[in-house]
Amino acid sequence: MDNTFVKEKLTAKFGDALTNWEEPYGMLTFTAPAELNLKVMQFLYDDEELRFQFLTDLQAVHYPLQKGEELAVVYHLHNLNANVRIRFKVFVPIEKPDVYSATALYQSANFMERETYDFFGVNFVGHPNLIRILNVDEMDYFPMRKEFPLEDQTRIDKDDEMFGR
Amino acid sequence: MSRPVQYNNTIKFEGIPEGYMGEGFMATNFEKVVSLARKNSIWPMPFATSCCGIEFMATAASHYDIARFGAERMSFSPRQCDLLMVMGTISKKMGPVLRQVYLQMAEPRWVMSVGACASSGGIFDTYSVLQGIDQVIPVDVYVPGCPPRPEAYIDGFMKIQELVNAEGLRRRHSDQYKELLASYGIQ
Repeated sequence: MDNTFVKEKLTAKFGDALTNWEEPYGMLTFTAPAELNLKVMQFLYDDEELRFQFLTDLQAVHYPLQKGEELAVVYHLHNLNANVRIRFKVFVPIEKPDVYSATALYQSANFMERETYDFFGVNFVGHPNLIRILNVDEMDYFPMRKEFPLEDQTRIDKDDEMFGR
Repeated sequence: MSRPVQYNNTIKFEGIPEGYMGEGFMATNFEKVVSLARKNSIWPMPFATSCCGIEFMATAASHYDIARFGAERMSFSPRQCDLLMVMGTISKKMGPVLRQVYLQMAEPRWVMSVGACASSGGIFDTYSVLQGIDQVIPVDVYVPGCPPRPEAYIDGFMKIQELVNAEGLRRRHSDQYKELLASYGIQ
């Protein structure tokens, strides 16, 4: 089972909805629309020959310059029997970053989606407990978005010229 | 005949506090005796979070033995320790936990902040790291370094010993101390 086989099966099922096919370093990568992410994952999970039944990673990327599609949620799936990996991305706008939660399908998505919410603000619809996991609960901003400064702005004891500002 | 071997002939002995001695008794200042006892038997609680904790393990091991100074029993319960050694990066989420551990300590208690991260946040000036534990608890001795060498740990420990020696018995009931705790929001 190789990348072309997986690509053919996916295009047979979903057609033109899946775009932007590429293979960086040999891993098949494609983009799916936000509404279809669960259907794609369910298909990859259930299909007898494909069987991508292990969610390796779930993360987000913030592209501040792509207006209308700023937040990308990236899923990495793995087929343990045939040792094939696949990656797919879902783009959502930053004003309404709603993505369907994969927790019903993969238990490991629970914590990973909480972390993605904590750092990027992606709202996973249908998640059982979407609260902050690694940061302080009272934090009101999302640190990994590229809008926020890395350093604490309320400090008064660091003078600017010593710290290169 | 071989030359007789001499080990450990430069041991420093603790002096007896001056007082009035007689046959089978000695009268001296109570404070001095208590301070002598306290400073030579400080039981630390290692609150080791990251790399500085590893250096502490090296300090406690046989090469740079910290048990020589009285820290033989590392208590991991704050209720039974004298000195809270905070070693490592404390994140903002860990701040209330550290405060809770400090509140559980019984008087007299001392705090030693070891390493750059515990003293001031270290190189991690970010959204998640507490910039110095003195934002949540009062600290007595800061040991800088990243990580400090075991000799620096021992130096900090000896400074704590000097503080313990000079403290006196009534400090913990004084108004100044109460004010200090109130400034941290601790009753």
